[in-house]
Amino acid sequence: MQARITLDDVAALARGCAVLGTGGGGDVRSGAIAARRAIRERGEVPLVTLGDLPDDALVLPLSGIGAPTVSHEMIHAEDEPVRIKEEIERIFGRGPAAVMSSEIGGANGVAPVAWAARLGLPLLDADAMGRAFPEVQMVSLYVAGIPANLVIMSDAVGNVVTIRPVDGLWSEAIARAVCVASGSSALMADYVLTAKECAGAVIEGTVTRALAIGRATEGAQDPLGALTAELGAVRLLTGKVTDLERRTTGGFARGTVTVEGTGDDRGRTLTLEIQNENLVAVEDGVVRAMVPDLITVVDTQAATAIQTEGLRYGQRVTVLAWPCDPLWRTPKGLETAGPRAFGYDLDYRPVETIAGRA
Amino acid sequence: MSEHAIAADARLRIGIDVGGTNTDAVVLDEADRVVAKAKRPTSPDVTEGLRAALDAVLGELPEPGLVTRVMLGTTHATNAILERRSLGRVAVLRLGAPATTSVPPLSEWPEDLAKTVSAGAAVVRGGHFVDGRAIAPLDEDAVRRFLAATPADAIAVTGVFSPASADQENRVAEIIQAELGEVPVSLSHEIGSLGLLERENAAILNAALYGVARDVTGALQEALRARGLRVETFFAQNDGTLMAVDYAARYPVLTIGSGPANSLRGAAYLSGVKDAIVADVGGTSTDLGVLVGGFPRESAAAVEIGGVTTNFRMPDILSIALGGGTIVGAEPRSVGYRIGREALVFGGTTPTMTDAAVAAGRGSVGAHAVPAEWHDRLAAAVRRADDLVADAVDRVALGKADLPLVAVGGGAFLLAPRIPGAPEVIRPEHAEVANAVGAAIALASGRLETIVPAAGAGNGRATLIEKAKEEAAARAVAAGADPASVEIVELSEIPLSYLPEPAVRLHVKAAGPLAR
Repeated sequence: MQARITLDDVAALARGCAVLGTGGGGDVRSGAIAARRAIRERGEVPLVTLGDLPDDALVLPLSGIGAPTVSHEMIHAEDEPVRIKEEIERIFGRGPAAVMSSEIGGANGVAPVAWAARLGLPLLDADAMGRAFPEVQMVSLYVAGIPANLVIMSDAVGNVVTIRPVDGLWSEAIARAVCVASGSSALMADYVLTAKECAGAVIEGTVTRALAIGRATEGAQDPLGALTAELGAVRLLTGKVTDLERRTTGGFARGTVTVEGTGDDRGRTLTLEIQNENLVAVEDGVVRAMVPDLITVVDTQAATAIQTEGLRYGQRVTVLAWPCDPLWRTPKGLETAGPRAFGYDLDYRPVETIAGRA
Repeated sequence: MSEHAIAADARLRIGIDVGGTNTDAVVLDEADRVVAKAKRPTSPDVTEGLRAALDAVLGELPEPGLVTRVMLGTTHATNAILERRSLGRVAVLRLGAPATTSVPPLSEWPEDLAKTVSAGAAVVRGGHFVDGRAIAPLDEDAVRRFLAATPADAIAVTGVFSPASADQENRVAEIIQAELGEVPVSLSHEIGSLGLLERENAAILNAALYGVARDVTGALQEALRARGLRVETFFAQNDGTLMAVDYAARYPVLTIGSGPANSLRGAAYLSGVKDAIVADVGGTSTDLGVLVGGFPRESAAAVEIGGVTTNFRMPDILSIALGGGTIVGAEPRSVGYRIGREALVFGGTTPTMTDAAVAAGRGSVGAHAVPAEWHDRLAAAVRRADDLVADAVDRVALGKADLPLVAVGGGAFLLAPRIPGAPEVIRPEHAEVANAVGAAIALASGRLETIVPAAGAGNGRATLIEKAKEEAAARAVAAGADPASVEIVELSEIPLSYLPEPAVRLHVKAAGPLAR
């Protein structure tokens, strides 16, 4: 039987995407609202795997790009994905066979359900990050060496912009500039590729994984335990937020968060370095987890993810960290999205190695 | 018995707070001293309990004619939404197409509430980008067509980025007046802040509540007339300030959540402390909030009312399941209003937190001794409750260990003489009616939220900030404040990320005493 994303799945998917957002990736709420509305209007969205698609089928990776404040106010136009699809038909002489999330973490993990429903296409059970990252070139397709030679953008007004960049870095620079002209919010297809090219270049199973993460805490007696087990995460610390330092530089919300241990963790202190996402966790001068491994702050009671902007002094939180997809641990992966790509002079060590598990 | 002698030419005012369990009323003299107070059960229709409380305090006055003002904090609006009762039908207009069409208005509303409230909805061309450019010129013909096709009691208008660029919403208000005359209109930029769906929801609820506001105002004025009172009336709003009746008639949604705000402001006044943690202990729960400069600290989170998410300001309140009626061994259940029969100290058989506090020597309530066999369990319950309060104090204090705790509400005696995290526990006189006192002493206020360039980032920043301050002050005067003494009481900037030009969200609030 073919899997489908139903109306009832959207809440669990949104919760899971928030956990995979590692503090960033944008608020999942408006994506979830759009997804529910699209399913009501146009029906459930089939979820397919790469194996379900012919080799030459076109996969359309979509993501919203822009400022979080703007996407919360100037919500996407319903037809934005339609214009991208039409542009693909003009370029390739055929339309896409499936929509894929470019970024499963945060808003861009949920909203593709709405875009797929609008286009009457299935959603591919995969994405290009396995988490959230702040920049366009920080995708598995770039790491896998797929040339970033086509970007199609569509905005709320109806403009369509096709970019033929020379590489991923240029794709980021030009896409950002176009986005500003469009009012700091747009829909973007970065890369359009065949199912065959996707093999090994996308991170498979991430929609199913986000759903499982979201469902793990549903009705659980011990939501935190259930989430930790589902993620296979290392529990770095349980405590309360005792210091928050925020600064906005270069368009990024940077900051440092201090969590002091409570209960069994009393006397311990963990600091988190943040640039939109949670990137490095340090205890007593020792790094306990670092990007590209995933670090998420959750509410200790409900085990729901807390976004960077939602962190407040005094919150009771638990910091979880777990391994990223192996693709990010390759030399090219670490060069693209390892600690040095974010300006931290650190040699990457896997979270499970630091924890002494492997 | 009056608490203070009342001069023959005194000018008195009455504060009334309608709570979930009780309706409290107080009379204050010109020096803000409490000269009469009363507590009556809140009636299902609200108005009857209000009349009873009013009669009780008026009965203590030598001459009701001395009362010149009445301030009312009430749950009418909240109840109307929760019960889908007396709500008006609203024509819902959004200015934003072709943007925003992926989520039409009323998308996530509970079906029955949407059915009750919506007379029809449309998204027409218009709205603004974050940088102030128009997404599209306002489609005035589409606005007129929608108005003609959608008869309604009121109209809610929400434009994309209207808190920063209000001109299109204002233009629609002009069109409505030209086409339909005096139909009430809710403009979203006057009600909520950034966040389209939440602001739109608040504007729609506001429009649906115009009839409720008229009914409450009418009932209050009728009750006052019947008692021979010729007074000015004000409504309490959810930031602890007041609005004149004609202003409240335009912004009824702002009365939602005024209870906790009143109690915080009343605690500030009665204790004389401007920065403090306030614990309001009721029958079922204890509400903890924080006073900053005499005003309630506001919540950053979205607020849900009757299943609808909104984003207007509300006091940041942490509720814990601890009240005078809380049943020991069956927490968080409470005996509620039946405490006078069921608690051990009243001769009943249910052990409550009131019994526990009495057994611990924290107060003397009721005529019956607590049977000795309960003492150990009640002592353990008190220890648990103290831990619960200490933890809650730590949570709301946000790391500040120097804030005193002001204990108010009918169950304030439950609280321990010393609370970890607070250097001092203040128990002011009249604490049991702090919420009604808060309504009576409140200032009038106005506020504004917009987007301005960040410091050093763009031209015109200083001018824009000055303009925002002036507009906030003008709104405070419209709400009833004395123009000569309006002050800017809050000015905050939140940086916005990922924008081409560094910008901040500017929030300004002005407040002042009521005009004489």
